[in-house]
Amino acid sequence: MKYIGENLLPGQLGHFFIILTLISSGLSTLSYYFAARQPESVDSHNWKKLGRISFGIQALSIVAIFSLLFYIIQHHLFEYHYAWKHSSRSLEFKYLLACFWEGQEGSFLLWSLCQSILGLLLIRRAGTWESPVMTTVSFAQFALSTMVMGLYIAGWKMGSNPFILLRDSGVLDNAPALHLNFDITQSLRPDYLSSIKDGNDLNPLLQNYWMVIHPPVLFMGFASTLIPFAYAIAGLWTGKYGDWTKQALPWSLFSTAVLGVGIMMGGMWAYESLSFGGYWAWDPVENASLVPWMTGVAGLHTLLIYRATGHSLRATYLFYILTFLFILYSTFLTRSGILGETSVHAFTDLGMNWQLLAFLLVFTIPSLFFLLRSFKKIPAIQKEEEISSREFWMFIGSLVFFLSAIVISGQTSLPVFNKIFGTTLAPPEDVEFSYNSIQLYVALILAVLTAISHYLKYKSTTRSFFWKKMLIPAVLSVVAGAAFMIFGEVDYEKKGPVFQYSITLTILFSFYTVIANASYIWLGAKGKIREAGGSIAHVGFGLVLTGILLSSANKEVISNNINGIPAPLGEGENPRENLTLVQGLPVTMGNYTLTYLKDSAHPKKQLWYYKIQFKNQKEKEEFVLTPNAFVNYKGNQGLMANPDARHYWDHDVFTYITSIPDPENQKDTATFKSYLQKQGDTLFYANGFMTIDSIQTRSDLPKELFGEKGKLYEVPIRVQSKTGTSYSIVGRAAFVKNQWISLSDTLVSEGLILQVQEADVNGTVRLGIKESDALLKYVTLKAYRYPFIKVLWYGVWLTAIGLLLSMINRIRKNRTATTSS
Amino acid sequence: MKKIHLVLLVLIAVSIGILISFTNTTSTYDTIGTAMSKPGKYVHLMAKLDKTVPLEYDAIKNPNYLRFTAVDSLGLSVPVVYNNAKPENLEMSERLVLKGRYKDGTFQCEEIQTKCPSKYKEEEAKGLKHPGNVPDPRTAP
Repeated sequence: MKYIGENLLPGQLGHFFIILTLISSGLSTLSYYFAARQPESVDSHNWKKLGRISFGIQALSIVAIFSLLFYIIQHHLFEYHYAWKHSSRSLEFKYLLACFWEGQEGSFLLWSLCQSILGLLLIRRAGTWESPVMTTVSFAQFALSTMVMGLYIAGWKMGSNPFILLRDSGVLDNAPALHLNFDITQSLRPDYLSSIKDGNDLNPLLQNYWMVIHPPVLFMGFASTLIPFAYAIAGLWTGKYGDWTKQALPWSLFSTAVLGVGIMMGGMWAYESLSFGGYWAWDPVENASLVPWMTGVAGLHTLLIYRATGHSLRATYLFYILTFLFILYSTFLTRSGILGETSVHAFTDLGMNWQLLAFLLVFTIPSLFFLLRSFKKIPAIQKEEEISSREFWMFIGSLVFFLSAIVISGQTSLPVFNKIFGTTLAPPEDVEFSYNSIQLYVALILAVLTAISHYLKYKSTTRSFFWKKMLIPAVLSVVAGAAFMIFGEVDYEKKGPVFQYSITLTILFSFYTVIANASYIWLGAKGKIREAGGSIAHVGFGLVLTGILLSSANKEVISNNINGIPAPLGEGENPRENLTLVQGLPVTMGNYTLTYLKDSAHPKKQLWYYKIQFKNQKEKEEFVLTPNAFVNYKGNQGLMANPDARHYWDHDVFTYITSIPDPENQKDTATFKSYLQKQGDTLFYANGFMTIDSIQTRSDLPKELFGEKGKLYEVPIRVQSKTGTSYSIVGRAAFVKNQWISLSDTLVSEGLILQVQEADVNGTVRLGIKESDALLKYVTLKAYRYPFIKVLWYGVWLTAIGLLLSMINRIRKNRTATTSS
Repeated sequence: MKKIHLVLLVLIAVSIGILISFTNTTSTYDTIGTAMSKPGKYVHLMAKLDKTVPLEYDAIKNPNYLRFTAVDSLGLSVPVVYNNAKPENLEMSERLVLKGRYKDGTFQCEEIQTKCPSKYKEEEAKGLKHPGNVPDPRTAP
């Protein structure tokens, strides 16, 4: 059967390149393996050459696949399932990339592309380590390429192919209109494609610029953890246990920077554009990528210890190997659907769980086996570290970081625990507190260790040296701390005084971290920025801690609803954070007065923008925030809200819509009631009363429109509401050609429609009043104030900059060391 | 024994202790019957909205008060009070995970997770949802 309008070439090319990637990465793995096995032989050189060529081919294939799939999405070739499912014609160009990695297949390809780039860099840089390291890298590429294969082997699905056609995907199987004779048992109509006018679109939650940049950075971070892992495996394999560390150090610094930024970009996205209600929710997906970052940081520090003193090599192996394994574990957790509720499996997985598990195990089992087998052979110094040495405290810091990661991972793995042991354990009542209550103390310990450890020397430190150097930062920190205690406060009482006190203490120590490390740039590195990467990164880390603690502990709920009818609340009640704003009616909440001004619609999408005015009398600030929401977007019932925030140097004001009126209830059922009123009479309605001020007539009217006796009455009415607000409106009625024509006027905030139905000059008016809920345009929202959240974002950037400076410095040093030797 | 090994052992012991105490704070997944049998205890109740009973929510009077009736697959039902905004897709959802306590004849709910048959599933009421987790609609049952 020939179908009309299909463009099959990109797909056929795509299938070809997918197979080529698989074959070439497999060949590259084998070639590098043989090259590494007999490094001294003549064959080794040829094997290495073959490895390079085949790795190059697989990298080119990935680029080709990437380009082809992008071509398909960009040209809206909806004959391909991927384009149909993830994009639409109305989508802006910038989101076409976001469509690319919305699906599992695209994100695997992105990951694979990042690993290819790093692999090519390794080929240039790794020197004698190229073959053993590239064996692992090529194998990882091979394993990833199976994820986009889309083969069925004896009923087992292997990979999900992004080039599958819409008509082969099963989506059209139950659509009679697209089949011959409207019979789904027959084949598709040749012109079926003319009925597929538009795609399914990108999930509205993901139509956001963060979706364009967060995944590439995060996947580059994922890919970068492979490199230290591959070096560690190469070290175990070749028996040159310590040599690789010099080359691996810059990679490790790069990985920590990129993965960290990638994770925190997700946090910024969550904060700015999703209604998470913050930047971090201890969501399993967030935790799953945080854990390998933490173990990677632990590995980075033990590696530095090893480079300086020869201690901690075994720990370095363990940390680096686990870092990559945790990346794979996070892939398994987030893509297998295991995180969904154990008993309400609203949906199943892609049918690839066995493959994801195999992907995890094929790296876990051999790497841990090699590590255990060679563990005793890895050199370790028998002499004990001095308590006054830098390495002693650095090791403890790394260990705390590592164990904290293990604890987070353990808590996150509850669904896995349920699966293995058949239990039905659910997360605890206060999920965030179950993490915060532990991690706060981890932060406290790390803040202290980060502050002091640069002032300790490797091997041992004399007491006088330490105190002499430490004096200035210590004094400065005490001053800063005292200032905070006097002018600031920690307003976090809901978990008791001990926790509140601990937060305060941790804030003070995070100041200490910032000050001590900033001072060290001059005291230790003598102001040479090039040498001060470590200190800069630590200042950044201190700022991250400070920003997290200040913004979270002193988060203020602006929409704290103390109005409304008191509801019978259980113990441990939720703070009632929703506030309803009726259009045009100002509501004062604490220091802020909020008014819902108006709403407007996106020209193309079912996206509404709500203008909310914020006024703060105390701080003389006044601004309008425009949170938006997708309403019943393309068959998705309900509301998908995006927040809006106003940024100040010391705080953010943040709001998002939680509820809008149900259109079903918006049907107007109330009717007009008529009242005969005289001038000066008072008329009561549900929320107040109104008076007729005067009755004016106009008779200078065009006769051809109004007829002979035509008249226009204008009736100014004053409405006094119970809340104290008064309004004046003018009712109008016209007597045209012996008929009354009334113009209704509405008072939205009071839910009133007024209509002057009849009037006469003697001073009587027939006034129609309709009181209707349906009139009320309102939104329900939550609004928060986050103090000092900028400190967190600046901290993240500074940490990354420090790490990258360090990386450049180490690369430079490695290069001079190589040329001089 | 080296000092560092001592520290190592202590920290590992603390970590294990934390994880064990964490399992004691976890709650359970329950049906209405089992939730009623342990009043006052925090549970994850698996149920769905009983559409035969009118739902009570008026955002103008009080945006933080929602009352509805939940029914589970075993046929039991319980009135639910939720002091928060009504999840937009409550009526459309085919399954609800209600987190809270059964007390004095009503289920005091603190968090609602809705599971919808619509295209994008599992929009949690609180919005606690990572975009990376958006499931594949093809595979929905």
